[in-house]
Amino acid sequence: MTATILEVKDLGKRFGGFVALDGVSLDVARGERLGLIGPNGSGKSTLVNCICGTLRNEKGSVHFDGERMDGLKAHARTHRGLVRSFQLPRPFHSMTLADNIRIPLLYTVHREDAAARAHSSLRDRCHDLLEMVGLANKAKRLPRDLTQVEMRKLELARAVAAEPKLLLADEAMAGLSHSEVDDILELLFRLNERGITIILIEHIMSAVMRFSMRLAVLVSGKKIADGKVDEVVQNPEVVRAYLGE
Amino acid sequence: MNTTAFSIIVVVIAVALMAAAHSVNADYLYFASYTILQFMVLATAWNILGGYCGYVNFGSAAFFALGAYSTVFMYKAFPLPVPFLILIGGVVAGIVGLGMGYLTLRLRGSFFAIATLALAVVLQTLVVNWDFVGGSRGAYIIRPENIDIAGFEINYIEYLFGLMMALGAIALIGARTIERSRLGFGFATIRDDEMAAEACGVPTLRLKLIATTISGALMGMAGAPFPYYIGYLQPSSAFGLEYALNSIAMPMIGGTTSWAGPLVGALLLGTAQQYVTVTMSSALNLLIVGLMLIGFVILAPNGLIGVVRDRLLSWKRP
Repeated sequence: MTATILEVKDLGKRFGGFVALDGVSLDVARGERLGLIGPNGSGKSTLVNCICGTLRNEKGSVHFDGERMDGLKAHARTHRGLVRSFQLPRPFHSMTLADNIRIPLLYTVHREDAAARAHSSLRDRCHDLLEMVGLANKAKRLPRDLTQVEMRKLELARAVAAEPKLLLADEAMAGLSHSEVDDILELLFRLNERGITIILIEHIMSAVMRFSMRLAVLVSGKKIADGKVDEVVQNPEVVRAYLGE
Repeated sequence: MNTTAFSIIVVVIAVALMAAAHSVNADYLYFASYTILQFMVLATAWNILGGYCGYVNFGSAAFFALGAYSTVFMYKAFPLPVPFLILIGGVVAGIVGLGMGYLTLRLRGSFFAIATLALAVVLQTLVVNWDFVGGSRGAYIIRPENIDIAGFEINYIEYLFGLMMALGAIALIGARTIERSRLGFGFATIRDDEMAAEACGVPTLRLKLIATTISGALMGMAGAPFPYYIGYLQPSSAFGLEYALNSIAMPMIGGTTSWAGPLVGALLLGTAQQYVTVTMSSALNLLIVGLMLIGFVILAPNGLIGVVRDRLLSWKRP
């Protein structure tokens, strides 16, 4: 076991003539809480998509837990413990909350163990995961009955159900109120204490600064800063990118 | 209800229906029921890809025709009993379904639908130009008067009806089993959100290929006894619009998310069509399908099953 769990090297991605990622390199240590920030359109989501296999990178490489990831499909990366949540929650609309949680249990955690899939403990596990995010009393409801913050909690619970080693939380808090942001942050802290490495992609600076042990900043597809939180936010280049000249 | 109990109920109903039909013993009843059952199998098959996975297949007629023409081919090359022909039709159509999946499943929405439509045109052109199976002239299959099973002389049309009833039972039990299995959960994630499905570890491409193969195979099986039923098979009847249209319309009218939808839709629409064919005109058939489809898409997009389910839910939760 090495100290680095994720190693992104010289990652490049274009959409036609637009360079979305221009040689981004990023290392993440096991157990770390990394904040990834940058203005709109700076390539944060593209980076997440390339790391998780939703998009294919054209240049560079992604290593996770010592294994090369590029070329693997998204589901294969999830199987290895590289799990994401989506910026806009994407629940399975026709399924109850409990069934939403059941999917990663069936297809990732117990994918090679038919006996465990049939076992009644699966239901308990779904219940526990919903309990963790405070949605246990809505287990039989459909996602359309949820509020915005509950939807985000479901999104996180479903990601956690896949038993990630590394969780990429893509704007898990956008559009939430202060107390709701605190709710989600507290949840992420708890997950991190359990040993899950977390990359938080976020716009709400107060939340990122409170959560992160380290900050990386993307601007126009390039990483312009990477380091301790208070150093990065005083970095003149970062200030310029956020506030203009 | 578990699968065993459900299977027993389905088998009991199937046997009861066969006994009831036997007691009436009218050829027309067999012919009409065969058609309705055949559409039920087709609708159930379509629903595995179209309803469970959300991929609309306009090429049902092509898979149906593959089954029918496999039978014509075997009839000329190496005659076998019909149950074997059903298996062969299923294998052929299943392989083509797998192939179609590989070629087209990277497409979504209307693009996938258009590709399946194109497959039907390509296959029909091939059959029209293939002399061995009759080409555009069509092929005659001589249906025996009776068949001898374990010493009993059975009317051949009753025999075909019985086979289609068995196939219908298998299709229903199979569809319900899939729906409640891990596979069915996987299919539903594809219908809801493929990107989220991948993120949860669902191998979407593999599951879609499984769906096209099962769906295609079942359609081919529904088509395999058809030449014996009709007696004379020509490309325009095997690739008829009614197969493509009915296999979409029936699940839509019944409801696409459950095994019961295609069953309800096929019973309703199939019976209505038979009634119209006899009392008014056979040309009005497709008009009825079209009007009912439009009506349901506008008024009850989740089909009859959806309407009933919504009523029950709002009743439980005032």
